[in-house]
Amino acid sequence: MTGADSRPPLTEGIMLTLNNIEVIYNDVILVLKGMSIQVPEGKIVGLLGSNGAGKSTTLKAISGLLKPEDGEVTDGSIEFLGETIHHKDAADIVSRGIFQVMEGRRVFEHLTAEENLIAGGYTRRDSNAHHDIEMVYHYFPRLKERRHQTAGYLSGGEQQMLAIGRALMARPKLMMLDEPSLGLAPLLVMEIFDIVKRINKEHGTTILIVEQNANLTLGVADYAYIMENGRIVLEGYPADLRENADVREFYLGLTEVGQRKSYRDVKHYKRRKRWLS
Amino acid sequence: MDLFIQLTLTGLTNGAILALAALGFVLIYKSSDVLNFAQGEFLLVGAYVTFAMLAQFGLHWTLGMALTILIAIGLGVLVERLVLRPMIGEPIISVIMVTIGLSSLLKAIVSTIWGNLPKAFPPFIPSQPVQILGATVGADRLWAIVIAMLLLGIFTFFFRRSKEGIAMRAVADDQQAALSMGISVKKIFAWAWSIAAATAAIGGVLVANIVGVSGELANFGVRVFPVVILGGLDSIPGAIIGGVIIGLLESYTGGYIGQGLNQVLPFVVLIIILMIRPYGLFGQEIIERV
Repeated sequence: MTGADSRPPLTEGIMLTLNNIEVIYNDVILVLKGMSIQVPEGKIVGLLGSNGAGKSTTLKAISGLLKPEDGEVTDGSIEFLGETIHHKDAADIVSRGIFQVMEGRRVFEHLTAEENLIAGGYTRRDSNAHHDIEMVYHYFPRLKERRHQTAGYLSGGEQQMLAIGRALMARPKLMMLDEPSLGLAPLLVMEIFDIVKRINKEHGTTILIVEQNANLTLGVADYAYIMENGRIVLEGYPADLRENADVREFYLGLTEVGQRKSYRDVKHYKRRKRWLS
Repeated sequence: MDLFIQLTLTGLTNGAILALAALGFVLIYKSSDVLNFAQGEFLLVGAYVTFAMLAQFGLHWTLGMALTILIAIGLGVLVERLVLRPMIGEPIISVIMVTIGLSSLLKAIVSTIWGNLPKAFPPFIPSQPVQILGATVGADRLWAIVIAMLLLGIFTFFFRRSKEGIAMRAVADDQQAALSMGISVKKIFAWAWSIAAATAAIGGVLVANIVGVSGELANFGVRVFPVVILGGLDSIPGAIIGGVIIGLLESYTGGYIGQGLNQVLPFVVLIIILMIRPYGLFGQEIIERV
């Protein structure tokens, strides 16, 4: 692994550590091949990568959702606040303060918006849940207007807001967002990223964002990892990653003026990548 | 006119009990997509256990009923743990076949313990005749309606307002998403089976109180199908209204047209509903977003 710059990687106040984990699906398919990341408390960390790199699998490994899909962490360890969590079940992990907002929003379609929020606060044992519904409405006023509407009939943007609101209801220490921009209009995506940033600022919630949209993620993140083929190939501060030639070309779509890269260069990059990882 | 009121009351009683049995069925389907073919046997077990508590052990009916409900809840948890949990991830049709096996098993256990002869149910629900609008009806039938309505009201409230109820509906919608917010799907399934078994047990007691205790009670389970298909497999109000409609329909055809036809008619309704509105009167259509 190489940092994009000489600055030391962000390591103080680490909340979550993935130490060289390996995930295997159906006993044979190796999806994560020695994946390591660190998420410092109170920061926003981005995890970038193309389709099939293993980003969602990483999140599911953290939140304990691999088992229903026949996946398993076979090697390495996941530590959250000093405790090993990769053998705990999902309910336990949620009550420890990790909440995953799943890809594709996954709202409960036949429940109303407000019932979705109540379901989000399921693990809460205190009675402040009602107060928290108002807090969610404060961030997403549009949900308040739609509170009694069946969630399945909300627009995509409103559903994404509901999915994040549902996570807020659990008052997580670490919120993990899986492709929050998926299928949404650019303006709406900006709005949602702004709110995520606000949640991070105002609640101190640590955030791990998995995205294909690198530009946007580097805009909000304090630190970012780039993942390919089941492992991290690059990490660094957003400003440094933006300067990196490979990132500019393959993740941000920026090339030097007027230049069109040929397939030979792509092949060259792939070779180099193998060296890097 | 008297006959009409008489038939209406009989129909409402049967309908209310059918609704109770259907409720358990809907609950299981709603939370886990499983059609429980052993629902009728849950009624049977409930009736026989209560019979044993009251007639054989001579307990007071309050204690007897409380114990029956506890046993039914235990049965629900046991079935979930031993029979259904190992089936998680298997095709739904295998799970349904397992419930058919379970129904035979329960029937066999009951007939081994209590034999096959019909027995009189210890009368603890007052049954003196009551005059309503010129028709005479047993008080026990009125009680059956009251108890069924009360239970159905409680459940409707439970599903709309309580956190556990909402969690159950959430599991029905999207198990993995529910899991991601810390809702234990296994616990929810156990809840669903327990509540289903307990309501069925109460339903069984109400029927047994009217017709006596016998293996015939299990046939009530088959009559649940027209009810849930009519009302919608996943709708609680549907179970209630479906129950009442089927109960009344049976009663009117039996009274005005002839006995025998009333056994068939519910299934005719079932076929018609399946043809014109397969998700039932109140069932959920799949929400499709474009």
